[in-house]
Amino acid sequence: MDLTLEIWRQENPKAKGKFETYKVQNISPDCSFLEMLDILNESLIDKVQLPINFDHDCREGICGMCSLYINGRPHGPDNEVTTCQLHMRKFKDGDTITIEPWRSKAFPIIKDLMINRNAFDQIIQAGGYISVTTGGVPDANSIPINRNDAELAMDASACIGCGACVSACKNASAMLFVAAKVSQFALLPQGKIEAKDRVKAMVAKMDELGFGNCSNTFACEAECPKKISVSNIARMNREFLCANIS
Amino acid sequence: MQKSDCMKSILNYSSLSKKYIMALAGVFLMSFLVIHLAINLCLLRDDGGEWFNAAAHFMGTNYIIKFFEIFLFAGIIIHVLIGVVLQVKNWMSRPVAYKSGNKSTTSFFSKYMIYTGAVVFIFFIIHFMNFYFMKMGWVETTFKIRGEEPNFYLVAQALFSNTNYSILYIVLITILGFHLNHAFQSAFQSLGINHPTYTPFIKTFATFYSILIVVGFNIIPLFFLFFKA
Repeated sequence: MDLTLEIWRQENPKAKGKFETYKVQNISPDCSFLEMLDILNESLIDKVQLPINFDHDCREGICGMCSLYINGRPHGPDNEVTTCQLHMRKFKDGDTITIEPWRSKAFPIIKDLMINRNAFDQIIQAGGYISVTTGGVPDANSIPINRNDAELAMDASACIGCGACVSACKNASAMLFVAAKVSQFALLPQGKIEAKDRVKAMVAKMDELGFGNCSNTFACEAECPKKISVSNIARMNREFLCANIS
Repeated sequence: MQKSDCMKSILNYSSLSKKYIMALAGVFLMSFLVIHLAINLCLLRDDGGEWFNAAAHFMGTNYIIKFFEIFLFAGIIIHVLIGVVLQVKNWMSRPVAYKSGNKSTTSFFSKYMIYTGAVVFIFFIIHFMNFYFMKMGWVETTFKIRGEEPNFYLVAQALFSNTNYSILYIVLITILGFHLNHAFQSAFQSLGINHPTYTPFIKTFATFYSILIVVGFNIIPLFFLFFKA
């Protein structure tokens, strides 16, 4: 496959970025998207040019590091996959592909396509955990948990914190991420103890960091590689309301 | 409380609190629209406006209605004010737009709520100038019942007999329908109501409600244009 790539280049967080056009040739359709960028970077290094910076780690779709906005969609044209799992067979020979970083005030660009998602860490630090004292390992079945709640909590905990929800949302809202983290604890007895303080602290931090508001367009759910449901957002809304009136 | 303090306290509410207030005010306004529609449909009766004027008189003089009128105006102002505050924050949250746009799958109407809302607000202003200002005596009219209170049936007939006004009315009401279609289901989600059994019903009902409002209100100018002109 021969492709034209329009890629956002930005020297540093304060520099003025711009799109630059690159041509890549003889790309295998079975190549992953990040491998295609590796090939491009090798050719740039051969020409003594700066390679393109982009985030990646596990390349197995579980770490949440890859973060490219490809042709108008986070993680590209495939559904329920991260960019590292996207294959070039999803494109056609001769295509022009526009690659941008996540655009959000809360996710400043570090360099090129690499962004700083520390805002998500700050939200987790605000309350996305349970406080447990150390001691012996409790028996797995000592606390009865409703099967349905366990499944829903497991679904919510599938969030890998990649930020595709923020990227896809027209308001750059982090509501789906925060809702998943609130839900995974709120559904379980161990998490219920701190549920009220947690939801208030996490929502306050989310607002403070400059994320937008939810207008229920549900682009977040459509683009989430782990298919986190917007029913978690409704659950967070309930949790927050109850936390503030009780 | 000073106006600036009031604005500051609204700005300090959490994003979720603003959404609750937005949703509650919206639900109240949507319930009022049904009452408004029921009164407007009296215009279709061939009684020289007897029913419609009686309903208008009741709405303008009944103390319970007058009490709820305060909530109605408060609801409109709060809904608009918080809507603008939320939208400004949303625009600020993405200072640099995507070059390749947004091709994510979303419901069509949900993406344009601020714009359809702005159009509806302009419609409210026109509507208030035509009817509410007249009711309050701020605007004079020659259409009067026994030379006293305004004859709103004749006012409506005069307005709807004007083709340009009727077309504008139909267009604006249709845009209101677009706004309501998303607003109805969105209000439930904002208030934390999302259930595998009831949410599909709420979405279907939202479509039914918005069509009812659009068809119900628009049938009146069409009636005056084609059968009363």
